[in-house]
Amino acid sequence: MSIATRLGGHRSGVIPGFGITLGTTLLWLGLVVLIPLAALFVKTAELSFDQFVAVITSRRALHAFALSFGLSLAAAFANLVFGSIVVWALVRYRFPGRRIFDAIVDIPFALPTAVAGIALTTLYADSGWIGGLLAPLGIRIAFTPLGIFVALVFIGLPFVVRTVQPVLEDLDEELEEASASLGAGRWMTVRRVVLPSVVPALLTGFTLAFARAVGEYGSVIFIAGNLPNYSEIAPLLIVIRLQEFHYADATAIAVVMLVASLVVLFLINALQHWSELRTGRRP
Amino acid sequence: MTALLVTAVDENASLAPPNGGAAATRPAIRRTGRRRADARSDPAWVRWLVTSLAVIFLGLFIVLPLICVFNQAFSKGIEAYVAALRDPDTLSAIRLTLIVAAISVTSNAVFGVIGAWAIGKFDFRGKNLLITLIEIPFSVSPVIAGLVFVLLFGLQGYFGSWLVAHDIKIIFALPGIALATIFVTFPFVVRELIPLMQQQGTEEEEAALSLGASGLKTFLRVTLPNVKWALLYGILLCNARAMGEFGAVSVVSGHVRGETNTMPLQIESLYDSYQFAAAFAVASLLALLALVTLVLKVILEDRLVEE
Repeated sequence: MSIATRLGGHRSGVIPGFGITLGTTLLWLGLVVLIPLAALFVKTAELSFDQFVAVITSRRALHAFALSFGLSLAAAFANLVFGSIVVWALVRYRFPGRRIFDAIVDIPFALPTAVAGIALTTLYADSGWIGGLLAPLGIRIAFTPLGIFVALVFIGLPFVVRTVQPVLEDLDEELEEASASLGAGRWMTVRRVVLPSVVPALLTGFTLAFARAVGEYGSVIFIAGNLPNYSEIAPLLIVIRLQEFHYADATAIAVVMLVASLVVLFLINALQHWSELRTGRRP
Repeated sequence: MTALLVTAVDENASLAPPNGGAAATRPAIRRTGRRRADARSDPAWVRWLVTSLAVIFLGLFIVLPLICVFNQAFSKGIEAYVAALRDPDTLSAIRLTLIVAAISVTSNAVFGVIGAWAIGKFDFRGKNLLITLIEIPFSVSPVIAGLVFVLLFGLQGYFGSWLVAHDIKIIFALPGIALATIFVTFPFVVRELIPLMQQQGTEEEEAALSLGASGLKTFLRVTLPNVKWALLYGILLCNARAMGEFGAVSVVSGHVRGETNTMPLQIESLYDSYQFAAAFAVASLLALLALVTLVLKVILEDRLVEE
């Protein structure tokens, strides 16, 4: 009870268990998540600042960062475009198999990344169903950065669709009717009425897809080919440094990625807050 | 006001069977009706184009990889498929995956309920920060999730020498794999429960308590039944991720076939040693798990709407 009072009291004096449940939550969160993550920073502190800078600005690390962040941005952008098309079709149109297509959007969430990795590699290799069609044209996807892009588009697909879908479903139809009755063309209505309402959700979906792609490992390493300075992603470089027992090097790269993902996490929270203010609902 | 009237008349018009009763007013309403439908419907060519693009994209990126998994799994016939699954190392990987999933799902379900009780039923300062902290594992790379446990419990880690002295194995053993899996699946259950518990408030619990029920009895008889579908939903998603986790587990496992390989790691081992059909056979089990998860998810989502 004393903790409860100190933290500003709680909703009801009748409901028991605030102290014990909050205490357990904080303890468990600390032990499983926060202390282990703190170890990352403590370990990195063993490096001097110059050493830290040297590790994260080495040619191989810089290339890995550029590849991971650049391709994740590109993949999140692709998801923004294709996700918008998919969500518009799912919400606004009726077509055969719509419910099945709606359900399978979640496959990238549910399918283990290793399974996605070997399946995409097999499809896009020169002997695969898709790679075989592209190889004669001189386009190689598997074992190039393009393959990484394909894997990242796959795993990021559900984010844009699932964040925009509820907002688009709840959109007040009177708004579009009003716009049309005032003489706006369909395209203008979509651009000036629908689009502004879904922008926060679109941005949230984009950011979530980006965050997921930056850290992605399982689906990428099979299709990437993993050549240093060509198709080696940052998470893989962490694993390689760890296997070489260069713990401090591994943690320095990990710290850069962790800080980046925490920034993105707070950005997502801010976006959701903004979106709640705008639409009065959680996306 | 006029707009409301038009809408009301309009709906009557579309519901009413086309008999001659209101023939005089019908043409006018018809016209309004058509314009109203037009307000939200796109030109046919746009509908056709957007739908085709969506279907092609989903087919290419989602359906095709799934078909590929099963096609490759059975590429050497049913007998080879069965043989691949009855391989002792694969069976051991399946067993390990089930154990790890059971441990991590149980711990996250228990934590999820406790955490959701504290966050959902009470108001306190720092609540939003706490929710953000709980969701951190979602935005941390799985590789980093594994790395932090190596830093703590690995041979050169902070507790490494103490663990060796006491003959306790965490990294390259079951406890490390379970810990890494708990980390990556940490938010799944609690994030489903918090919004629901917040929304349901505390009135029912207060009623039960004022009638003399104990705190535990109130929780078991009032709170738990109210959130059971959300709890199952969280457990379902948590389980799917726990069984399929690759990156985090890969860092802490050591990849010993028959000992510390989970199913996803066994897939990698088989694939890297060019046993493609066997790798896809194991992968087909996980793909099946994903499909079953999605079916259950759709069913549970219907129940959740009721909750």
